[in-house]
Amino acid sequence: MASTASPLVAHDDHAHADHHDHSLSFIQRWLFSTNHKDIGTLYLIFAIFAGIVGGALSGFMRWELANPGMQVLPWFTDGNIDAAYHLWNVFITGHGVIMVFFMVMPALIGGFGNWFVPIMIGAPDMAFPRMNNISFWLTVTAFCLLGASMFVPGPAGFNGAGTGWTVYPPLSTSGHPGPAVDLAIFSLHLAGAASILGAINFITTIFNMRAPGMTLHKMPLFVWSVLVTAFLLLLSLPVLAGAITMLLTDRNFGTTFFDAAGGGDPVLYQHLFWFFGHPEVYIMILPAFGIVSQVISTFARKPVFGYLGMAYAMVAIGFVGFIVWAHHMFTVGLSVNTKMYFTAATMIIAVPTGIKIFSWIATMWGGKMTFETPMLWALGFIFMFTVGGVTGIVLSNGGVDTYMHDTYYVVAHFHYVLSLGAVFGLFAGFYYWFGKMSGKLYNEFLGKLHFWVFFIGVNVLFFPMHFLGANGMPRRIPDYPEAFAYWNQIASWGYAIMLAGMAVFFVNVFLSLFGGRKAAANPWGEGATTLEWTLSSPPPFHQFETLPDLTKVQQAH
Amino acid sequence: MASGKTHDFHILPPSPWPLMGAISAMVMLGGFVAWWHELSLGWLVSAVGLVGVLATSFFWWADVRTEANSGDHTPIVQLHHRYGMILFIASEVMFFVAWFWAFFAASLFPHPGEAVGGVWPPVGIEPLDPFVYPLLNTLILLLSGTTVTWAHHSLIHGDREGLKQGLWATVILGLLFSALQAYEYSHATFGMAGNIYGATFYMATGFHGFHVVIGTIFLAVCLWRTYQGDFTPKQHFGFEAAAWYWHFVDVVWLFLFLTIYIWGSNFGAAVVGH
Repeated sequence: MASTASPLVAHDDHAHADHHDHSLSFIQRWLFSTNHKDIGTLYLIFAIFAGIVGGALSGFMRWELANPGMQVLPWFTDGNIDAAYHLWNVFITGHGVIMVFFMVMPALIGGFGNWFVPIMIGAPDMAFPRMNNISFWLTVTAFCLLGASMFVPGPAGFNGAGTGWTVYPPLSTSGHPGPAVDLAIFSLHLAGAASILGAINFITTIFNMRAPGMTLHKMPLFVWSVLVTAFLLLLSLPVLAGAITMLLTDRNFGTTFFDAAGGGDPVLYQHLFWFFGHPEVYIMILPAFGIVSQVISTFARKPVFGYLGMAYAMVAIGFVGFIVWAHHMFTVGLSVNTKMYFTAATMIIAVPTGIKIFSWIATMWGGKMTFETPMLWALGFIFMFTVGGVTGIVLSNGGVDTYMHDTYYVVAHFHYVLSLGAVFGLFAGFYYWFGKMSGKLYNEFLGKLHFWVFFIGVNVLFFPMHFLGANGMPRRIPDYPEAFAYWNQIASWGYAIMLAGMAVFFVNVFLSLFGGRKAAANPWGEGATTLEWTLSSPPPFHQFETLPDLTKVQQAH
Repeated sequence: MASGKTHDFHILPPSPWPLMGAISAMVMLGGFVAWWHELSLGWLVSAVGLVGVLATSFFWWADVRTEANSGDHTPIVQLHHRYGMILFIASEVMFFVAWFWAFFAASLFPHPGEAVGGVWPPVGIEPLDPFVYPLLNTLILLLSGTTVTWAHHSLIHGDREGLKQGLWATVILGLLFSALQAYEYSHATFGMAGNIYGATFYMATGFHGFHVVIGTIFLAVCLWRTYQGDFTPKQHFGFEAAAWYWHFVDVVWLFLFLTIYIWGSNFGAAVVGH
């Protein structure tokens, strides 16, 4: 690049295009970045940090739940039990919001999406490189507001928002007169704005920057998954913004959107929230679907079975995901007909999801399979996500859910699709692309050890929750009758095992970054067919200065 | 270009505005919370944040203008901007869906309790007469839709004077709309607090009014740029984006007018004095 630049060009309006990574100061490169790979790296670092915070919160939760009675949280509150109860609520709120908005989404979409969507379609960067950066920084400042909310008054006498990530009124309105909930709401506003801008960026990039020959029907499935995800973000987040703005005016300006005394309705909030909230769960899982498709195809050394079906299954999941929201509200007093509709519509989602599961299996069928670390995570994803999917079918039934609602069965279900689904997809992607992003090979033994310890840990952690829920243990309680002690203790030991797995992960990352062998352009061989494997590891600061011509390529995915 | 790139995409230099904007937004919102909870100087913190947000917007878009005028906005990059603006408007549509949702939930299923009395408009609420100022405002916005089209056609045909006149007319009509809304708000017999009618009315029309103000500023910036010699018959996406946004604001108003003002007042029958 620079070798072709004349010194005179420095005074030209286009001189800014002439920059190298090593001609940028640290501040320019990492605080003022307009480079999709650097911003992707920032997102990944941020997500790991947020994951540590969110994971630590759940560690205290599991520690408290290890035995009946209150033994851990009162340490933080000088023995005040009521304050400890509230602290519990603050912890579950923080854990939920952090893991959803500041760990899974920034890692999958901000991190891997930023890194690999442009590369996979043969583009030199995102469509709006500068806007890309404000998406990142707004996510960080949103996290700061959420963190601040934990230390300012919430309900009378206590600090922090103890509303759960759903922020239902009246608990979030008259139940929390202090500023904590206002800060949490504004945190969601900023995180939402960040994601809407990111969604606009991804959709424009994917529709408008594909290299010659990279038709929509040749795009890698990871790109398809981010495209569908971006549409879900674009169309669902503004409704959340409206809902939490109503909360804000109910709290501060006397409106009565959710207050029956003034003719409003708290159930309206739940409709608005879940109109966003249900697409949100697909926002978290679809990019993981995309990563798993890439990984399975790579290590089975076969193209994905039923490529078009896989792509349009995600489109179908995204579409149907918008019209099933009230299955989160089966106990609020919906009419029987409404419950029947939402039950049936929810069950429909099993069809495209089944297409995906069976197509992954068919992709492996007859393939020359090897079991490197990313493949283990992808296989773990398929097994565990299927378990979460099956319990989802159980819960989708409005009649059954009357009994299951707000029990640990629900907690087990959504941790199987998130902690063992989205997070497994995330680790699959991390190991799959670690060499590409860092230029260093991770340690295969430690990677596999991480997988197995983590896999055992999360199953010991979450599987007993099915039993607890089926036996009627409610969610969101810090203390419980002795009858629930056995499985709770086992679940807490599962957390400890999982934590040991994460220790292996961090050791692996540090050893590999500082002492890892240099990664080749394509360490995976013939199965890795997408464009990122045609570039060096790590790729040049600006790839594809001349766009790749894919018009002759038959198989891009 | 200097970097040796052979494609027409826009590769940008590092920029401080995203970080500045994100921090300013955080300060502004944190300041709002402090202000509303009556912390001393909370208003000052939010004001500092607001100034930061406005300054960020100014510097950022000034850079965009410079880039546009220096040829960075190739046809493909202009297409990016079109996609971006359409998608942004789509997200705005979904934002208004939330407010309409609240309105229809409250009006189609009026609460049987004292505050509403099971009817819409609620017992004791005197809605505004839809066929006086709201109808006038409808005509003003529809007229402004034609004046912005007048400006656009003048621009395409190289008629700079027509462009200026059309934009002046549009901006003035936008200001007139906002003034009439403010006048009507100040004379309404119901407030925002305490009743779902006022909540849905003021928040839905209020957010629309906020968008009218933003759209008016956007058009005024286009007018200023016209005087600066910006925009050519071939390349003027900044203007087109303002016009798209203005039409979007117009369409939202038509829905507000038909539902909240006309249908929500029983076609004016609920207005005292009819």
